[in-house]
Parts: sequence; structure tokens; C-alpha cells
Amino acid sequence: MSQYQVKAGPEAYLPPAAASMGIVLPDPGEAHIEGKIVSEDKAYEHCAKKLLEAKVPTIFPGPLVLWKWNEKAAQKAAAVRRLAEILPARIIPMADYRPKYPKIDPEVEINPNHPNLTIWHSNIDVGLFVGVHCHQANLALKIIRGGTNCYTLAMCAQAGHEDACLSFRDATVEKIDKLTATIERLKKEGVKSQAEPFTQFKMDRTGRVD
Amino acid sequence: MSKEKISICEDLADVMPPEYHTLVENATYGNGERGWKDIGSSKELIEQHSLCAGCPEALAFRYVMASIPNPEDTVFVGSTGCTSLVFPHVAIQNIHSLFGNQNAVASGLVRTLRRRFPDKKKDVIVLAGDGATVDIGLDCTMQSFFRQENITTICFDNELYANTGGQESGLMQKGFVAKMAPVGKTFEKVRLPEIAREAGCHYVACLTVSKPNRVEKAIKNAVLVAREVGPTYIQLYTPCILEIGKQSMEGLDEMKDAESIGGRFVMKEYISDEAKKLLDSVEAERKAKKKAAKAAKK
Ligand SMILES: Cc1ncc(C[n+]2csc(CCOP(=O)(O)OP(=O)(O)O)c2C)c(N)n1
Ligand code: SF4
Ligand SMILES: [Mg+2]
Repeated sequence: MSQYQVKAGPEAYLPPAAASMGIVLPDPGEAHIEGKIVSEDKAYEHCAKKLLEAKVPTIFPGPLVLWKWNEKAAQKAAAVRRLAEILPARIIPMADYRPKYPKIDPEVEINPNHPNLTIWHSNIDVGLFVGVHCHQANLALKIIRGGTNCYTLAMCAQAGHEDACLSFRDATVEKIDKLTATIERLKKEGVKSQAEPFTQFKMDRTGRVD
Repeated sequence: MSKEKISICEDLADVMPPEYHTLVENATYGNGERGWKDIGSSKELIEQHSLCAGCPEALAFRYVMASIPNPEDTVFVGSTGCTSLVFPHVAIQNIHSLFGNQNAVASGLVRTLRRRFPDKKKDVIVLAGDGATVDIGLDCTMQSFFRQENITTICFDNELYANTGGQESGLMQKGFVAKMAPVGKTFEKVRLPEIAREAGCHYVACLTVSKPNRVEKAIKNAVLVAREVGPTYIQLYTPCILEIGKQSMEGLDEMKDAESIGGRFVMKEYISDEAKKLLDSVEAERKAKKKAAKAAKK
């Protein structure tokens, strides 16, 4: 049997859990690309290239980096911002996991229960998740692989995600910064960002202020 | 959890949706005097609800969330049912347990929290429907009372299994015919408040949610007693308007009828001697504080 590959979709209405197709998680110091275990260094290169060649590269920060649980969370948030700025990439938050009624505004937020809406709305072709709890990330990643053509990248702080097209594990501030540095280096070497021009939205308690 | 943690990372604050900004700026975390009167003037800890329009459970949720004394250090344990649809919208830590297991999960949780944070006041509150509390979970509910666990158990009593379409529950009144219980209940409503008292609960209250001040007092008493003395039980009548054939606007009248003289939900309260002593001292302390504040103002 040929090995299953965790590719960008649309794969099926309900794609299989990658784990059920034989995809295993990387060990410390490793990552996976489309289900194949690779060294972390290889994953930085691949991840950076994917983000640079995207038309609508987007970072989806989750509650673990949006809320200031501790100083480390705040430092991770700053690292995420640096990453977004160097690319450049949009930031669209996954602030919590509730099914919002009547529906989310897909331009400014993403929800694990129907992440495809946000991805369809802005034609997001490459998305990086960071700070999303495992169970919600797994749900969102499968829905995205099922119904969209978005290439998913997971900067996971735990053991990694089989259902992402690329996953790091044990994410730290240093790892996010290393990804940023890789992008910076590639840019210096002449790789140009293919991102379409955009303006990052801004929010306060009254709503959008951009 | 502490109220300091309820803040947004500065570097990403400008992408957060507005409701989180208001939660940080205008909620009542850390305010010892919080209560139902904050509703309308501060950010509630419940964002939206996914219940039927006019469902009294939604009202009950608002009052309960506004009344708990220590939201930043409270964990709710819920169970399957209409109540569980609301928890994803609540800005308080919560755990969804397997149907009926809620008091067992809460027992483990409160013991662990007390070991892990010996110098903090952590409250564990079970909030579940009557089916979960009195039927399928009765064993776990009662055992937690017997073992004198430091938890508050709140039962949203709508006298049937609402979420699954109207099956008979132990708290249903005798003779009631529901959509999925066509024969009619053949035995009396289980008297859980009395059973809870006999099983060792130190504070028990049974009431409707028609009057927010009453709900606030009962919730505060129950949580404080559970924290310091032992298990407490609150039963709130939250009629399922859908199952009893009422309109969205009629839930309040239904509760008022049920609590009038001779009704099933005339308010009752049992307080053990130990709990009474505690509540009296808390009240005396509160009054003294208020007096001192008044004097300081002058
Ligand atoms: C272990 C288990 N058994 C049965 C069910 C099915 N179930 C879901 S909700 C529900 C009834 C809930 O009734 P109640 O606790 O009174 O809450 P209400 O919906 O009335 O608020 C049942 C039986 C379940 N989810 N899990
Ligand atoms: S089914 Fe009944 S209890 Fe459940 S939300 Fe609707 S009115 Fe409320
Ligand atoms: Mg019920």
C-alpha cells in the first residue's frame, strides 16, 4: 500500500483522520511534511517557502497566544507578530472555540467549527496555526483539508498534528523566530513574497477601526 | 486562573474581536461585591446563548454567572443536556463531563485543586439538568453528598429530558404527559431537596429563577458553604417552555405561578447549624465593611 499523504484539499466531505491512515507524529527535533517525518531544519525551509509563495498567506493565532496566560504567551504573541510582518501575512484570530451565532465574520475571525468559511472568504491558500488547543486544531485541520485547497502549517506546542500538511512540535518563541529568520534569509537570497497586497484589519471594543 | 490572566497579549490585541476587549475592560472579575445588579452595566460572563428563545434556563444562566463570588477561580462542571449548549459561550473555566458523571468529576477536581493550590480559594460548581442530576447521575450526585465533597451542585429542573425531546424524568410531576412520555408519570416528583438535606448537604435551596435577588443569595450561600463546610445543593425551576406548550414570553409567568402558595416551587431552604454559623459571620463581616465604608465616605 502506498503511503497516505497529507496534502492540501479539497479531499472529501469528511477526509480521514491522518492518524488512521498510518501517519505518525514526529519525535522531538523532528517535524513532518505531508506526513513524512523530516528533520526540523528541513521543515523550516519548506514552511518558509510555502508562506512566501502563497498569494494569501495567513496566520491563525489561537487562545494560547492571544491571551496573556503568562509572560511566555506574551513573548509568543510578539514572535507571531514579527513573523507576520516579515512575510507579510494577514493575522486572523481564533479567539475561542464557541460556535458563534448567527455566524462569524469570516473576514476578521476563524472558528474551528467552520474554518472553511474564513478560508473561502479570503481565498486563503496557505495558513499557519499557532496556539490552538490540540482537539480543536485537529477538528479545524480536517475540515480545511476536506473542503478547501488551503495548505495548512501547524506551529504546535505539543506533539504535532498529523492532520496538518506540515507540522512542527514543541513550539517555542525561539522556533517561531527561527522560522522568521529563515524567511528573512530566503528573501535576502532573492525569493520574493508572492502575497497579494492587503491591509491588516484592526479592532477595539467598538469593532473595526482600520 | 487569576483575574490578571484575563488580559490579551498586547502584540495581538488589535486583532481580537470587540467582545473580548469589553470582557477585559468591563467584566466583574475580582469584584467581591458582584451580583445580578451588574447585568446591563457591565460585561456579562455569558456571551450568547443557544437555547430556545425565551427559555428560562438562559435567564438562570445569567443570574448564576452574575452571582458566583469568585468567577476567576471557579470551575464549572456541566453535563449533557440543554445546559451544555450554553457552556461554550461562558467566560468561566468549565468542563463537560459524561452524562451523569458530573459530581464524580467535580469531586476529583476539587480535591486536586485543593492540593495544587492550598493557599487559594477555588470553587467547583456542578451545573446540570434534572435528568443528569436526579436520574442517570443520581448515584454520583448522592455519593458526593455522602462523602462531604466541597462542591456546589446546581440542578436546572425543567421536569423532563428537554434536550432529547421530552422524556420522563424523576423530577417530573405526577400525571404529566410529555411528548415522549405519552402514558403520563405514575409516581410523585422526587424530593431531592429533602434527600439532599438528609444525605449531608449543608445548604439546600429550591426556588424558581423569577427573582434574581433570591437566586443571587442562594448561589452565594451555596458556594461559600461548599467552600468552607461541605456539599450544597440548589434546585432551580427553569421550565421548558417548548415542552409545556408556552410562548417565549410566558416562562416568567409559569415560574411565578409555580412559586405562589400551594405551588410546587414555593421557595424552601435548609441550612445546617455549621453553615448557619458561617453565613452569619459572613453577613456580619459584610455589614461591618459596609458601615466602615459609609463612615469613611463621611
Ligand atoms: C451517557 C449518556 N446517556 C444518554 C445521553 C442522551 N442525552 C442527551 S441530553 C439527555 C437529557 C438531558 O436531560 P436533562 O439532564 O434534564 O437536561 P435538559 O436537557 O432537560 O436541560 C440525554 C438522555 C447522553 N448524551 N449520554
Ligand atoms: S428545549 Fe426546553 S429547556 Fe431546552 S432550550 Fe428549549 S425551552 Fe429551554
Ligand atoms: Mg431536564
